[in-house]
Amino acid sequence: MGLRTFKGGVHPYDGKDLSKAKPTKELLPVGDLVFPLSQHIGAPATPLVSVGDSVLVGQKIAEAGGFVSAPIYSSVSGTVKAIEPRRVAVGDMVNSIIIENDGNYMEAGFEETQDVTQLRKEEIIHKIKEAGVVGMGGAGFPTHVKLSPKNPDKIEYVIANCAECEPFLTSDYRRMIEEPEKLVEGMRIILQLFDHAKGYFGVEDNKPDAIQKLMELTKDEPRMKVVPLITKYPQGGERQLIKAVTDREINSKMLPADAGCIVDNVETIVAVYNAVRYGRPLTDRIFTVTGDAVMEPRNFKIKIGTNFAELLEAAGGLKNPAKKMIAGGPMMGFALFDINIPTTKTTSALLCMTEDEASKYEETACINCGRCVEACPEGLIPSRLADYSQHGQKAVFEKWYGLECIECGSCSYGCPARRPLAQAIKTMKKQVLADKRKKK
Amino acid sequence: MSDLFSVTSAPHVRDKMDTKRIMLLVIVSLLPASVFGICNFGIRALLVILATVISAVVSEYVYEFIVKKKSTINDLSAVVTGLLLALNLPHTIPIWMAVLGGAFAIIVVKMLFGGLGQNFMNPALGARCFLVISFTAQMTSFTYDGVTGATPLAQLKAGESVNVMKMLLGTEAGTIGETSVIALLLGAVILILFGVIDLRIPGTYILTFAIFVVLFGGRGLDITYLVAQICGGGLILGAFFMATDYVTSPITPMGKILFGICLGVLTGIFRIFGASAEGVSYAIIISNLLVPLIERVTVPRAFGIQREKEGEA
Repeated sequence: MGLRTFKGGVHPYDGKDLSKAKPTKELLPVGDLVFPLSQHIGAPATPLVSVGDSVLVGQKIAEAGGFVSAPIYSSVSGTVKAIEPRRVAVGDMVNSIIIENDGNYMEAGFEETQDVTQLRKEEIIHKIKEAGVVGMGGAGFPTHVKLSPKNPDKIEYVIANCAECEPFLTSDYRRMIEEPEKLVEGMRIILQLFDHAKGYFGVEDNKPDAIQKLMELTKDEPRMKVVPLITKYPQGGERQLIKAVTDREINSKMLPADAGCIVDNVETIVAVYNAVRYGRPLTDRIFTVTGDAVMEPRNFKIKIGTNFAELLEAAGGLKNPAKKMIAGGPMMGFALFDINIPTTKTTSALLCMTEDEASKYEETACINCGRCVEACPEGLIPSRLADYSQHGQKAVFEKWYGLECIECGSCSYGCPARRPLAQAIKTMKKQVLADKRKKK
Repeated sequence: MSDLFSVTSAPHVRDKMDTKRIMLLVIVSLLPASVFGICNFGIRALLVILATVISAVVSEYVYEFIVKKKSTINDLSAVVTGLLLALNLPHTIPIWMAVLGGAFAIIVVKMLFGGLGQNFMNPALGARCFLVISFTAQMTSFTYDGVTGATPLAQLKAGESVNVMKMLLGTEAGTIGETSVIALLLGAVILILFGVIDLRIPGTYILTFAIFVVLFGGRGLDITYLVAQICGGGLILGAFFMATDYVTSPITPMGKILFGICLGVLTGIFRIFGASAEGVSYAIIISNLLVPLIERVTVPRAFGIQREKEGEA
């Protein structure tokens, strides 16, 4: 059988060689740590500490603000310095807890579980919820909600998103190379929740060593399977990954669970393992600092809340003047006008580029070439949707499935007329969705 | 702060292929046919090519200067139009007619409708049809080796036999660029290899036309006749280089196939039931007009949508 994939997609320069070979380095921050109260989808967390309080590593500093929400834990020991709005990667000002790091890393106590197989399902979900685990690939959807579908018996596939299709990022790759056991054990725990499910690791075939390691670890596991995938962006898109692994399709109105699937990315599954096995809350993650402007591109194991600027410094600073700083990868990351912002549970990389390709080229007339149509993994006609967006034609936009856009950016990437297609579609999508909320 | 970083919406990288590069590839892919045309018909063919190309580019420049628009001649699309027009003209055409054709293609068919991307009809073909209607005698008299002769397709229509080998090589009477099937296919391979076009339109066009000829051509499955029909009358030039014009063909994948079928049927009707031996130009132009309709009925289903409907049912 040939390698599996989805229809559409693009092949941008992957830039992973910059950072993939160097081992992950643990980085202890020096400066203050900032914990935005909203680093997940859902209600913001509610602070549990006040200015002047001293906190320990792994101490809960904010509790979940509702069911779809997640608590936040301090990643260092120190003193609460302030609770005030701070700017985050996406550009918003978000109320945040600022902690002055005392550099001692005094830990709160954690409750280990020697034999996780003895845990009941509710206990597992509770531990994941209490640890503040959210989707760490970028969306930040609270994991305990995802793992509590309406009908757990109908779940047939638990898919580990090991695609890492976003160019330049290598954090998931390093995790798979350095600690594949944690990923497999995390998968084992999640499978404990779903009696009828099998665990699949979907890995792009540009990471043969990761595929091999996972295959070795799972060769005697009847419930687990490694699925090599064709390297193509956006292979790691949730819907595209489900299609590649299971040949099932879902649309914007459906959840993966509707197709019998649960999808979690590498870091999230490792966080689940740490939470259930060691009772450790989510306080650190792997983070890539890379780009052609960086002195020593590499991965760090960071304390969540560390300032981006500190991470850049740890990577040797800039060797070339950077024109553009991106939180995340080049296809879906957020451009930063200032890197004095905190890392969160969902930020996976800092990409420093000497060139700003997005504004380098001038937009010209659409020549109807259809490259965006071929590239769109959702089977849309991006050029027309962008026209409808620019003309404010909401009804046609919806009729032509504009709301199905997953904002992967493949259309803009390949457009020979350099039209900002994805941007136009995203804008219209927001407006249409806002209208719908108003009507409700 | 003085040193803020550049901020744009994602994605932050772009493919290297842009409009100009695409046009350049089209020009390169037309070179084999152009060079063959010049060798086949002599220096006069080169003059016609230069006349239409220069006329097209100058027309675009002057038009945009007059209406105070930013010049777009750098995107090379006018060069492509001029070149395609020349390849569709007999080498004997008076130069001033070639110049007029280039200007008509750009000003009337392209710029008056809003410029690149807005024209609903292939500019080169629009101009060719304009010239055929206006100067029928000069546009339809072909000479080869100094002798006035009928094109292979006209010979076929008259019931005469043709030399298929000559048609493949191109050592025949015809327009500058349509005669050599081998040179045209060489260019088509370049376009396909560089991802400029795919086989949806030319493939379905030629296939549909072939089926039509077998069914209604009155010769049954006469391979020689069939090959002659496909190789003659600018069908290959039209199928790979004109019908695939992005602007005037459907953007939807299914639409491209439907468009190819329309082309095949129309060309068949014109050639077999029409008065003229040819029909490619008119088939393409009429199909161009059908594009908005074709697109409307071929909006692809988005990923995962069908499934939802099945689920509801």
